Amino acid sequence: MARITHGIACSHIPALGVASDFDKWEDPYWKPIQEGFAPTQAWEAENLPDVVILVYNDHASAFDMKIIPTFAIGCGESYKPADEGWGPRAVPDVEGHPDLAWHIAQSLILDEFDMTIINEMDVDHGLTVPLSMMFGKPAKWPVKVIPLAVNVVTYPPPSGNRCWALGEAIARAVESFDEDLNVQVWGTGGMSHQLQGPRAGLINREWDQMFLDKLSGDTQELRCIPHIEYLRETGSEGIEMVMWLIMRGALGKETRELRRFYHVPASNTAVGHIVLEPVNGDVPPSTTVEGNNAEAQNLID
Amino acid sequence: MTDKITDIHAYLGEFDDIPGTRVYTAKRARQGYHLNQFAMSLMKAENRERWKADERAYLDEWPMTEDQKLAVLARDYNRLLDLGGNIYFLAKVFSTDGLSFLQAVSTMTGMSVEDYQAMMIAGGRSPEGVRSIKEHR
Repeated sequence: MARITHGIACSHIPALGVASDFDKWEDPYWKPIQEGFAPTQAWEAENLPDVVILVYNDHASAFDMKIIPTFAIGCGESYKPADEGWGPRAVPDVEGHPDLAWHIAQSLILDEFDMTIINEMDVDHGLTVPLSMMFGKPAKWPVKVIPLAVNVVTYPPPSGNRCWALGEAIARAVESFDEDLNVQVWGTGGMSHQLQGPRAGLINREWDQMFLDKLSGDTQELRCIPHIEYLRETGSEGIEMVMWLIMRGALGKETRELRRFYHVPASNTAVGHIVLEPVNGDVPPSTTVEGNNAEAQNLID
Repeated sequence: MTDKITDIHAYLGEFDDIPGTRVYTAKRARQGYHLNQFAMSLMKAENRERWKADERAYLDEWPMTEDQKLAVLARDYNRLLDLGGNIYFLAKVFSTDGLSFLQAVSTMTGMSVEDYQAMMIAGGRSPEGVRSIKEHR
């Protein structure tokens, strides 16, 4: 049986990818960030999962204005790094896990999360930067990855509450997969930042810390934060933090914080990560008709 | 935490109350559709070459407004946001120019790149006073 072992939330700032690709970690500007991530890289190497469900947003790379899926799951065999306007990052291709991905897609749809299924796409910094931050520069990524793309660019993005509930549905889907697999769920993006307009450069250290604090324990307060609060308090791009709630929802009723790092700035942004472990991984049962129908569930491969 | 908004008009109306911020709503997405798709086209190396060779001619291939074209040529990013541009799409334009996010973003703040970067290193812009126009907080 597959199981969710840990959750990680991590920034995906493009400048971090540049620092990694061009070996800038020893620069005084980047050194504190390298020192903040190094112990977590070591921890991750010792707690390596088989698969990472990586929640991220595409930044006008695989999806343009023609198609805007709210929630999309990658069911393909592999994904190439996207050319975002300056050539693709020189990082390994990302290997998928189509068996688990398709299982999750089917389970989520029967659970009334109407996912978009993606078989071919390139993945941008939103997905590859967290891999670099957690694994450094290996010749091949040490895990398989299921990309889960969320629209947080065109309003309205999904609510925090919906993201949390999707996480719970992902937990049910993973639990019902027969193969013996360790799975981590990663939420990426954030923390406070605004990349546009005269208010650009906004950082809210206090709010970010509040958000990090409330990812642990059994509080569900974060799922009720409305979009307007992210916009006002964390800058227009701070809304990416709703994606962290998919990770948090997937970890169940109660969590414990294992590691945390927070630093300002990387480029325009507050950079951070947190590692969480489920204490009580229970999630509510599916409330849907098909979710409770044994015959429907048996149709899931 | 603020009260939950359930009415779509109230939900959208609140976005206009944030100083110095253009939330990328459906209305802006419609207005800026071709502008953003033009920017998206610069993801391809061969298009970047054609664009660099003659920017005006390249823009004229797109059904954009004259205002949008002039704002692109002037690299006036605040104006482009007003005309429906989205920063992640506009990023294709400034990346083609060889600018980083930090360099391009600073041009929207009225600060020099150096002053903007110094502000970020000192902890960034405080949310104090720029949360709400109505409520002066």
